[in-house]
Amino acid sequence: MTRDQMTDPDSRTDNQATDGGRESLANNDLEGSDPTTDPLVDSSIDVDKSAAPSGSESRTVIESRDLDVFYDDVQALQSVDIDIPAEQVTAIIGPSGCGKSTFLRCINRMNDLVDAARVDGELLFEGKNVYDDDVDPVVLRRKIGMVFQAPNPFPKSIYDNVTYGLDVQGVDGDYDEIVEDALRRAALWDEVKDQLDSSGLDLSGGQQQRLCIARAIAPDPDVILMDEPASALDPVATSKIEDLIEDLAEEYTVVIVTHNMQQAARISDKTAVFLTGGELVEFDDTDKIFENPEHDRVEDYITGKFG
Amino acid sequence: MSERSIDVDLTRSSSGQVVKERIYKWLLFACAALTVFVTVAIIYTLARDAITFFDLVPAAEFFTETEWFVRGDGGNFGVWPLVSATLIITVVSAMVAVPTGVAAAVYLSEYATDRMRSVLKPALEILAGIPTVVYGYLALVYLTPALQAIGIPVGTFNLLSASIMVGIMIIPMVSSLSEDAMSSVPDSLRQAGYGMGATKYEVSTGIVIPAAISGIFSSFILALSRAIGETMIVVMAAGLRPRMFNFSNPLNNLLSSGQPMTAGMVNAVTSDATGGSATYLSMFALGLTLFVITFAMNLASDFVAARYQEEYQ
Repeated sequence: MTRDQMTDPDSRTDNQATDGGRESLANNDLEGSDPTTDPLVDSSIDVDKSAAPSGSESRTVIESRDLDVFYDDVQALQSVDIDIPAEQVTAIIGPSGCGKSTFLRCINRMNDLVDAARVDGELLFEGKNVYDDDVDPVVLRRKIGMVFQAPNPFPKSIYDNVTYGLDVQGVDGDYDEIVEDALRRAALWDEVKDQLDSSGLDLSGGQQQRLCIARAIAPDPDVILMDEPASALDPVATSKIEDLIEDLAEEYTVVIVTHNMQQAARISDKTAVFLTGGELVEFDDTDKIFENPEHDRVEDYITGKFG
Repeated sequence: MSERSIDVDLTRSSSGQVVKERIYKWLLFACAALTVFVTVAIIYTLARDAITFFDLVPAAEFFTETEWFVRGDGGNFGVWPLVSATLIITVVSAMVAVPTGVAAAVYLSEYATDRMRSVLKPALEILAGIPTVVYGYLALVYLTPALQAIGIPVGTFNLLSASIMVGIMIIPMVSSLSEDAMSSVPDSLRQAGYGMGATKYEVSTGIVIPAAISGIFSSFILALSRAIGETMIVVMAAGLRPRMFNFSNPLNNLLSSGQPMTAGMVNAVTSDATGGSATYLSMFALGLTLFVITFAMNLASDFVAARYQEEYQ
């Protein structure tokens, strides 16, 4: 059936839509009701369930149930169900416009900042639906740190960048010690220890991104979300960030969006594959996804035939 | 048709086009040069007449004495009473306009919905377009009686009322320029702040304002230059009686009338002093002093803007 799809004119629009933004999502929205794709949506839920036992050795920190996201009338995520395990690296991959960043930003409610965004369904953090009325997104974001696509240090000193979260969250303690510890864990301490008072903007791009990681981990969150953290960096800086992410997973739950499949294969324990239309098509151990995915669409995407 | 036979004409099609281009260039240059010429001419005439004034009145008297009174063509020309009134108006109007203007800018840039912004911004710009004589009238006829009604013992003509009104007049300037500066702070910095668990207020005050500080500072200085040079409000509401700053009771200076430099110039030109007399020429000495002050403030503004320029990513 999937081979038929590849020659099916509908699925060709599917291919073209991978580069697009919201309009392409609208196209795929219609396709969601296309009978040829329906079995895939259903089976993705099956995979999710079957994957749960294999990941059961680790506690689930974040789970979504039937999560839909709309930007105005355009559906960006369709009925996403996922269980993200604690203290592992979960990679989210997929073509552009598949909703992977949207999903990431649902977790710490950064989508609240987009007026047009609307979220249906449940997203549970430690069992609590973060979209409940009594949840304060500010408090939520203090437990879930975030690192963005392009390095975005504040126009402040390196020291003040790292202590920013401590200040706004009212953390007590020896800031000098926390700053050193965070910069060490971000593998930046040796490079900046003599220039803590100079501006964070004076650093190179790769250093800036590690500073942003230090800033995110300084207040000691439970989860770190990373939105393509290495996409704006050169290969050397990228490999430093990747090493760092693997180290971070010893203490933190890391969820990373990446469009670089090799990167996902290298650093993650679990991989979720989103495909256009905002469906979570497959979620499983990374080895399984890259060696023997259950779905032909996932295999096509990973081998580069699609997307 | 072979490719070789294509005949390419690269010569100018008509010499008329070249001449037209040259005319356009010179016309545009003339317009740009006109503003420079007018500025230079103003400085020249101000300086020339000011020098004539200093022939009649020693510069030492003008810059050091603390009494200014004009009687007919002569009098005593110590500039400090006028400068002190100008400074009072500048400081008090800044105390009104700076906090209000910045707060309004933060609201417009960070808090307001698009709909709210589309209503408020034009409203603020209308405030900027009201003729200053209307502000002067409001200060004299409504603000001064209102201040008296709440128990502040101001005279009919007083510096407090005039200062507050000048402050209100320059709020749109502060808020509009500050809002531009804040809006140009990249969104990625706000996202970083929210991602760290900062509230909207913490993001606005701890990230956006520091990142936009050079633009905000420039807006202060431009607005204060405007306040220093403001004439109509102070002529109408502050009175025409030069009074030296009384250091023993500073607040009292606000309650009584005073004459800032601009009002002094209006007085000189509307009095029955004959042309060429010291009274008449004092206008140019005051004008030159005023020009030097505002010019220095503009230079300071450029310096501050360059000094605190933050390069965002």
